[in-house]
Amino acid sequence: MLRETLLRTLDDLVGRYGKARENLLPVLQDLQAEFGFLGEETINEVARAFGLSQTEVFSVASFYHFLNTQEKGKYVIRICRTISCDLRDKANVLRALESELGIKMGETTRDKKYSLDYANCMGTCDRGPSMMVNDRLYADLSPSKAVDIIRSYR
Amino acid sequence: MARKLDVVFSDIEPGSALRAALAMTPSDVIGLVSRSKLRGRGGAGFPTGIKWDTARRHEGAEKYIVCNADEGEPGTFKDKNILERQTAKVLEGMAIGAYAIGASEGFIYLRGEYKYLVSDLARKIGEMKSQNLIGPDICHEKGFCFDIHIKLGSGSYVCGEETALLESLESRRGEPRNKPPYPAESGFLGRPTVVNNVETLSFVPHILLNGADWFQQFGTEKSTGSKLFSVSGDCGKPGIYEFEFGITIRELLKEIEADAGTKAVQIGGASGFCACADDFDKPICFEGIPTGGSIIIFNKSRSMFRVLKNFVEFFQEESCGQCVPCREGCSRMLEGIEKFEKGKGSSKTINDLLELSETMSLASKCGFGQSVPNSFRTIASKFKDEILSAGEGELWQS
Amino acid sequence: MAKLTINGAPYEASAGMTILDVCQREGIHIPTLCNHPDLKTQGICRVCVVDVKGSKTLQSACGTPVSDGMEILTTTDRIRKARKTIVELLLANHYTDCTVCPKNLNCELQSLANEFGLTDLRWKERRERTLPQDDTSPVFVRDNNKCVLCQRCVRACDELQGVYAVANLYKGDSTIVGSAFNRPISEVVCINCGQCVAHCPTGALYEKYCIEDVWKAIDDPDKIVVIQTAPAIRAALGEAFDYPPGTRVTGKMVSALRTMGFDNVFDTQFAADLTIMEEGFELLGRLKDALADGGKPSLPMMTSCSPGWIKFQEHFFPEYLPNLSTCKSPQQMFGAVVKSFWARKMNLDPADIVCVSVMPCTAKKFEAARPEMGTDGDQDVDFVLTTRELAVMIKQAGIDLRDMADSAFDDPLGESTGAATIFAATGGVMEAALRTAYEVVTGREVPFKDLDITPVRGLDGVKQAGIALTGVKKEWSFLEGVELKVMVAHGTANAKAVMTALRDGKLDVHFIEIMTCPGGCLGGGGQPLPVSPEKRLARARAIYEEDSESVHRKSHRNPSIARIYDEFFGSPNSHLAHELLHTRYTVRGQY
Repeated sequence: MLRETLLRTLDDLVGRYGKARENLLPVLQDLQAEFGFLGEETINEVARAFGLSQTEVFSVASFYHFLNTQEKGKYVIRICRTISCDLRDKANVLRALESELGIKMGETTRDKKYSLDYANCMGTCDRGPSMMVNDRLYADLSPSKAVDIIRSYR
Repeated sequence: MARKLDVVFSDIEPGSALRAALAMTPSDVIGLVSRSKLRGRGGAGFPTGIKWDTARRHEGAEKYIVCNADEGEPGTFKDKNILERQTAKVLEGMAIGAYAIGASEGFIYLRGEYKYLVSDLARKIGEMKSQNLIGPDICHEKGFCFDIHIKLGSGSYVCGEETALLESLESRRGEPRNKPPYPAESGFLGRPTVVNNVETLSFVPHILLNGADWFQQFGTEKSTGSKLFSVSGDCGKPGIYEFEFGITIRELLKEIEADAGTKAVQIGGASGFCACADDFDKPICFEGIPTGGSIIIFNKSRSMFRVLKNFVEFFQEESCGQCVPCREGCSRMLEGIEKFEKGKGSSKTINDLLELSETMSLASKCGFGQSVPNSFRTIASKFKDEILSAGEGELWQS
Repeated sequence: MAKLTINGAPYEASAGMTILDVCQREGIHIPTLCNHPDLKTQGICRVCVVDVKGSKTLQSACGTPVSDGMEILTTTDRIRKARKTIVELLLANHYTDCTVCPKNLNCELQSLANEFGLTDLRWKERRERTLPQDDTSPVFVRDNNKCVLCQRCVRACDELQGVYAVANLYKGDSTIVGSAFNRPISEVVCINCGQCVAHCPTGALYEKYCIEDVWKAIDDPDKIVVIQTAPAIRAALGEAFDYPPGTRVTGKMVSALRTMGFDNVFDTQFAADLTIMEEGFELLGRLKDALADGGKPSLPMMTSCSPGWIKFQEHFFPEYLPNLSTCKSPQQMFGAVVKSFWARKMNLDPADIVCVSVMPCTAKKFEAARPEMGTDGDQDVDFVLTTRELAVMIKQAGIDLRDMADSAFDDPLGESTGAATIFAATGGVMEAALRTAYEVVTGREVPFKDLDITPVRGLDGVKQAGIALTGVKKEWSFLEGVELKVMVAHGTANAKAVMTALRDGKLDVHFIEIMTCPGGCLGGGGQPLPVSPEKRLARARAIYEEDSESVHRKSHRNPSIARIYDEFFGSPNSHLAHELLHTRYTVRGQY
């Protein structure tokens, strides 16, 4: 990521939300949406913009499961690990995805395209198993359907 | 026989409830809600009227109303459906609450998993602004201004706890606060703040339109009105149901077409209680088995050990890590459960974990930590043999 | 006023008090761990839980305000079980090597284990040392294997110091205390103040010892080992030998140091008097420049004795570095004097002198090692011991401080005034400076009863005072009618507020004293543990007593100071004084 792009985006966000401490999270969320993760430079610049220490910003970011402080794949696939999806054969969906992508749960493909992660209940328990690809939700999955969906993300 | 109802998903004339509220004084609105005995639908069941009254009485130039849309309890999906299908009614409920307590700003704290709802929510807020139902001088009432902002969570279950939610709303780590002071006294940025669940807010307009007596005719003495249930697991018709409070588990099982092979019902999600056949005549309500709405059915083929382990893994990951009983307790509980898997657990292990459970539920800082042991206690007492024999044979049959 | 009962007995308490406050006032013991009187309530360790009638769960005593009619029980069966279980849980996840832990017998977790008579840990095997220690700080070590996540260091760093170098990272059972990206502390802004160390209940934070280096120097027959002790030591060292806080042990300490084998036992207070001369005249010089000569000197001038504050300024407000007095701290002036004036006087090669200091401070270790604090690679001060390290050394030498007779510091660098003693307390440098500057300008003593400039004393975070200068001497006529406005702050969080007000143009003062730690040096990060506001008050009382009993109470009246200017420096701020007693600062920035 170009430093200039980061600074411009950050500037826009701080302009939109304001510099007050309570606006830190939305800024982090939007930066993540824009750049995929919150790296050292990003945390550093956010800290500067809000007049906080890097540690304080990192402390907040690292609390939240959906904020990545390490680089992840372009597409983060989150499989619901709640019992309801488990009852509906989530395990086979996961196995199919692991074999399709050649990675294990928690890993990122070498080309940084896909990451596999767990998420908690996605609110589709009556239509599980479910997964999210970035912000998009998919329910009623079967192993082959899940693989087809992943293949559509290129 | 408990009645099946259709309140939450029934339409109302947009603005009609708000106009009814504005025709009353704020304290009369609160009086009406108090008389209805409406209790919070998120799980804890705190009386909504008392929350509103506390916030109204508490000094403060700025007050807030927050819609808790951080529906994270495993097995719950009712709030998402309400937000999708009855957006305007929830927003109208917020506006009524704002009028009652004297707030001019509100937030919808939406869990990050539901980010895809943001654009629809924002559009609806815009529509209501153009209808003069949100914004300045609402319904031409001079000086009643109310705006709603959408704030997103980022994947933290504990942020459903109202003080953790407020911390998150202030862009801090979602770690619950000490209570008192309660949010209605000192909430967002230290100002009086009411935090209400989506479903709770969706009932408010109906109470304004139909009255407290109408609401009270449903449910039980201490749990008035109806409740949405999110049903999943082993049954013929999973989905969302609305029943009056007090429905027995057996009645519910019949409605959702769970067969005679039902072994257990988890009521209230991972933080809730496991009911077995002996419990099926117990009522679901605050004076019986309480729930935020999650109902998960397990048939005879399911390993309750695996169910338990799934819950404890969930807690171990989702504990905010702040207080000792919850942080250390969750880890030790998971280790204890893994012992059974390795065939190293005994009755003593169960007893030790029960003592640990006691401390977790008595001494944890927030309701989250206090409710972690519910599933262990109920599953371990009702399906002890399955726990003790977890090391033997297949873990899962589907 | 609330009426309540505790274990059946009636009590009254004012609104805003917590259950813990009332119990502590009434002498009802409640175990605590995360709670600390210096810090905001967190309510997270839960060992202080009590039973409040009407509540299904137990409530934390520290986090629950009292209310009228409250009925509290503090010793029921379920309370005892819960507290014991919590201590067990803490111990299960705590790397335990008590006998070789720097906090052995001074560890709050150890005390809790003892209090609950634990003989076994259920649920978990003892924790191994699974995490690396962070020893990248120049002054302390963090061992997260022993951290109980009480957040006391986190709160001290944020609330008291305004630095926020450490915080809770991640969540759930992955939670650890650390810095951004879990990088070593050396890679973030840290001012080395040691308040984290002073507030840590366990061995998770401890200062870097240089005890062995000092013994080695003492044992080296070719080295002359001189020791200087800061004013705050004499009012606190006794605590490590079971004296009540606030007991002065100056004479016993001097005897102990001599017994241990130090060749000369000197007093940092000599250099504190020297600092007043240099800094006082520097201030008057800047005022003259501004008021008489039409110059634009950097005003307000700010004190430079406290190395945590210096580093704070270098990081957070580098644009105000020119406002800092260029004077070295007393510790460093002392080292420079020992290795120049004194070495010459004694006919010694400075290279053969080992200068050791005892400081209430961890930041002094960093200060002594700054490259600008020496000549040709020979540091002015070679080793810095904290008060705690000195206590350890005295014990290692088989000495019981209580058995020592009183004796006096060696001449000439042992002579000092009461003005130097009060350098230990917040406001003390200001008071000492005013006693001298006012008299220099007017020829009269400061217009305060018994020379006690009370407006700058006490533990308020920020203090302000003004002294009208009238009837001034002819050479200071430009100061006639001027009100000299001063400000005092301690704890760098307070300093941050002062600096922010200054930056926003909201301050109109001439001179600001900042001490890094709460209460000043007497509350320093290297002082005996545990720390509390009461102890700081007791130490301050001792300091002011020592001042009022001193023969000389104004720095310029120290005969040895007069002599060193006569024999060596010439006059304050002379060329030689600048060379040896003044320093420069480094712009460091924050990001």
